[in-house]
Amino acid sequence: MPQIAQIAETYSSQIFWLLLTFGFVFFVIGLGMVPKVQGTADARDAKISGDLDAAKAAFARADEAEADYKVRDAQSRAAAQALLAKAKSDAAKASEARMAAADADVAAKIAAAEARIQAASNAAIAEIETVAADAARDMVARISGVNASDEAARNAVKAALAHG
Amino acid sequence: MAESGKIDPMHQFAIEPLFGTDHLSLGGFNIAFTNSALYMVLAALVLWIFVIGGMKRELVPGRWQMAVEYMTGFIKNLLIANIGDKGRKYIPYVFSLFMFILLANLLGLLPLGLFGLHPFTFTSHFTATGVLAIMSFSIVLIVGFAKHGFHFFSLFVPHGTPALMVVPLFFIELVSFMVRPFSLGLRLFVAMTAGHVLLKVLAGFVINSANASPLLGFTVGSASFILMIGISALEVLVAVIQAYVFALLTSVYLNDAENLH
Repeated sequence: MPQIAQIAETYSSQIFWLLLTFGFVFFVIGLGMVPKVQGTADARDAKISGDLDAAKAAFARADEAEADYKVRDAQSRAAAQALLAKAKSDAAKASEARMAAADADVAAKIAAAEARIQAASNAAIAEIETVAADAARDMVARISGVNASDEAARNAVKAALAHG
Repeated sequence: MAESGKIDPMHQFAIEPLFGTDHLSLGGFNIAFTNSALYMVLAALVLWIFVIGGMKRELVPGRWQMAVEYMTGFIKNLLIANIGDKGRKYIPYVFSLFMFILLANLLGLLPLGLFGLHPFTFTSHFTATGVLAIMSFSIVLIVGFAKHGFHFFSLFVPHGTPALMVVPLFFIELVSFMVRPFSLGLRLFVAMTAGHVLLKVLAGFVINSANASPLLGFTVGSASFILMIGISALEVLVAVIQAYVFALLTSVYLNDAENLH
């Protein structure tokens, strides 16, 4: 077995070259290069997880914005509804008020007209009385030849009209 | 090797100095640049090229960068699963260890013999695996004592040990702890050696049976060859698993040092 048979002549050379080559591997490759390679991989992992976190955060923000939008939508809907209802009730109130005013106007006009009619009718009645009294006096004068006084004729007419 | 048709399955583990560096020495110790050292250099070079491809540092990685990041991520997950978040600081060491062993195992399995080259697996030498095991074990000791001081010895007394059992258990646990570098280094060495020996023995069957007679070559030889195909696939798996086991056990031991119990 050369491993044992040659050990006396070769051990120093084996150890020397192993230490030299492994020293190169450890100091140049292991310490000099591997941390950079691993650093690149770690940086990539960090970037991926960072991007994922950012995406998650953006997703959460989008959800939040949507919820916010929904709330504001509902709010503005309610506000619009309220505005609409208020406008409706305002309009109703205004038309009611105008209606009332018009009613009052109409009532006033009716009352005035009625008053005028009353006055006209009173005037007409008074006219009728005068005409009737004149007629009665004429009739009395023609029939009896007596000149009835204005007063008497008027009273007689009034009594006749009241019964009549 | 092939004298009178004899094939030595152990010859593949022989260490030979290359480029006439037989007597290169440092402080009295021989440091000849051997075929083993060549494969160490090759493993380091291949790993270097592999990781350079992952240094583009693009946010959207290409295939190569993806492959490198997959390997570092694999080691990171292994350490975090075993040690927790504190395990991140061991990524450079365990990555180096895992990839170096993995490439050594895989490079040793390359069918370079087809091109007349002599592939070599330095992880089949306990002088190499032992150094790696002692390194991992030393880091465990240094981290353990630096972090917990003498409290680190409480590792050898599991929770809820009855007072009477504390002393015997301490020694049992101490032995099991001290055995760790040996099991770590020998496991890799044995697994690699056994696999390569098995492949060479079967290859010897193919060659020797074919040389003996066409009938034997057709029966024993082809059966051995089919078996070799399966075992070669198994060896690739073993190469990966042994590197993984080495890294996994290192991180399990590091967990003891980091977190005690």
